[in-house]
Amino acid sequence: MELFIQQIFSGIATGGIYALLALSLVVSRLATGQINFAQGEMATFSTFVAWWMMTALGLPYWFVFLATILLSFFGGMVLEITIFKPFERASAFAQITVFIGLLLIFNGLSGWIFDYEPKAFPSSPFADIVLFQNNYLSSHEMGMLFVTLLVAISLGLFFQFTKLGLAMRASYQNPELSSLSGIRIGRLLAVAWGLSAAIAAVAGMLIAPIVFLDPNMMGSILLYAMTAAVLGGTDSMIGAVVGGLLVGIIENLIGTYVPFSGNDLKLPIALLLILIMLLVKPSGLFGKPVYKKL
Amino acid sequence: MYRILPLVSFCLFSTVALSANLESTADTKDIIIGNTAPYSGPASAYGTIGKAEAAYFNKINAEGGINGHKIIFLSRDDGYNPAKTVEQTRKLIEQDHALFIFSSVGTAPSASVQPYLNSNKIPQMVASGSARFRNPKEFPWSIGMIAPYTLEAQVYADYVINHIPNAKIGILYQNDDYGKEFVKAFQDALGSKASTLIVQKQSYNVTDPTVDSQIVNLKASGANVFLDVSGPKFAAQAIRKMHDVHWTPVHILNSTSALREAIFKPSGYDKVQGLITVGSLKEPSDPKWKDDKAVKDYVSFMKQYYPEGNVNDMLNQAGYAYAQAVVQLLKECGNDLSRENIMKHATHLKLSLPIMYPGIEIETSPTDYSFIKTYQLVKIVGDSWEPVGSIKKVTSPENKQK
Repeated sequence: MELFIQQIFSGIATGGIYALLALSLVVSRLATGQINFAQGEMATFSTFVAWWMMTALGLPYWFVFLATILLSFFGGMVLEITIFKPFERASAFAQITVFIGLLLIFNGLSGWIFDYEPKAFPSSPFADIVLFQNNYLSSHEMGMLFVTLLVAISLGLFFQFTKLGLAMRASYQNPELSSLSGIRIGRLLAVAWGLSAAIAAVAGMLIAPIVFLDPNMMGSILLYAMTAAVLGGTDSMIGAVVGGLLVGIIENLIGTYVPFSGNDLKLPIALLLILIMLLVKPSGLFGKPVYKKL
Repeated sequence: MYRILPLVSFCLFSTVALSANLESTADTKDIIIGNTAPYSGPASAYGTIGKAEAAYFNKINAEGGINGHKIIFLSRDDGYNPAKTVEQTRKLIEQDHALFIFSSVGTAPSASVQPYLNSNKIPQMVASGSARFRNPKEFPWSIGMIAPYTLEAQVYADYVINHIPNAKIGILYQNDDYGKEFVKAFQDALGSKASTLIVQKQSYNVTDPTVDSQIVNLKASGANVFLDVSGPKFAAQAIRKMHDVHWTPVHILNSTSALREAIFKPSGYDKVQGLITVGSLKEPSDPKWKDDKAVKDYVSFMKQYYPEGNVNDMLNQAGYAYAQAVVQLLKECGNDLSRENIMKHATHLKLSLPIMYPGIEIETSPTDYSFIKTYQLVKIVGDSWEPVGSIKKVTSPENKQK
């Protein structure tokens, strides 16, 4: 029983990692209609920049944390304006190709500039706060889950109740009508990219202390985060969080209780989950079905 | 009938032409050494081995070369992709006229060109500890330069049997050839005791984000000895998780990942006290060696010839050591730089490199291709390695009968 509980909590901790990245995927999808495959690598790159600021420039943690979020926000906006803009009206395939290209570029950049040796991301302040000392979750993991929930709720409120958030959703759902109503779609897209890049940066900085920072840090996490997003609904914040936790827990339980090859099945199970979800309820557990007028 | 003649002559001609391409130009002044390494892709951390070797050959050339011959080191990127290794190796041999292949990085990539190089009688010195490069009967032209993993596993097994009463062993291993070979060798070395001593085995794939779940399972098994056969990143994660769940077994870590600067320092030395591995190279950051001449030479070499490289990266030290070994080998060949002679000397090596742990020797014979057969167990005390017991000479199982 103890093992079961341990694995559940361990799954919740890993699930938190997936949920964070899934949130940035959902944001980019909510505003642009596409899942940004390069999100993981952008997160890694942002985290490297943060690492550099802390180690080479010796700046304090919270300053770097906020600075990286801001830099990533503006970086995301610049990316949209310079690279993605020509492809705004292009086919989904063309857009996906751009994302994959960005994935390769950022991965290469991270490796080239910061080299491939795993680096320890300086301990987050969460590690020092001993609130609920227990055997199940480290204080960093608890802090991370707290931040995940905070981000999810804030984003949910933002998209539901603020003018900007509503405008973003509108421009994704119906670009022509939105621009006719005076919404500057181009600007909103840039803001959306900035926002998802900023969230991805948060994800990277919170994940790095656990998995250690190297250019390929997010490679497999992106896959699980996508599973989480599909599971929970690619346009739902709560879906992303629940999806992430579910993927983490299921993965751990399979690894523990399926004999012989449990650990080998983690990745295939994740992909199977995507498949099943797309077959049974494509909009995910919390997503809204999309209806198209024929 | 008449059509056969052009066909036959074409075949004969092309065979002659192709075989001519494979001949090395051993009578020229320069020694052309071919190498493949991953400079791109997920394994690109290992590319630095090639860079360190290139830097060392630059140093040797600056000092006059080997017996008057300059070294031309051609290193090609294979991205750790065996298919690319084949392509690059062929180019090195057939177009660039490399004399031999040295320090090709990785078991799988090197294995892909092993048949080709052996059937064309080209020496292949591999940066891998896999048993397939210690097989003189089938592949007499291939020799592995890394201390064999299987022998390292044997040393650990002996240690557990002789020094840890009531041991209950939990193993974490990478789910690939490297991890599986290591675990098998460990089990074989434990012999009949394996099934009672090993209480839990957990594998992970390189695609897994963390090994947290595996550590939780290992702790739950009641293991009081932890054999960690994982890559550096996962070893670091394991150390962190062990600390988080308060699991403190006797911790044995494979030497590839037992890196003080890269892993123990950031994780915190408090979490790795008593951790055991086999010592191989003298780490410059270890206070024990701060006045050691070999270490000082290495540090100044890096400063001068590879300043952008990380002096504390064990991979750079490994490259430095391999390059030193091959330079020594080539010196011994004198003026006969034919492939046969190079292979002959490669299988009659006996040297010790000052940058290696004291007592560790490189010794090969035509029947035993294991580069290194001597091991020194070490453990972390404070922030440094201290020896545990004396140097052990290990014979591989395939050579035990001889």
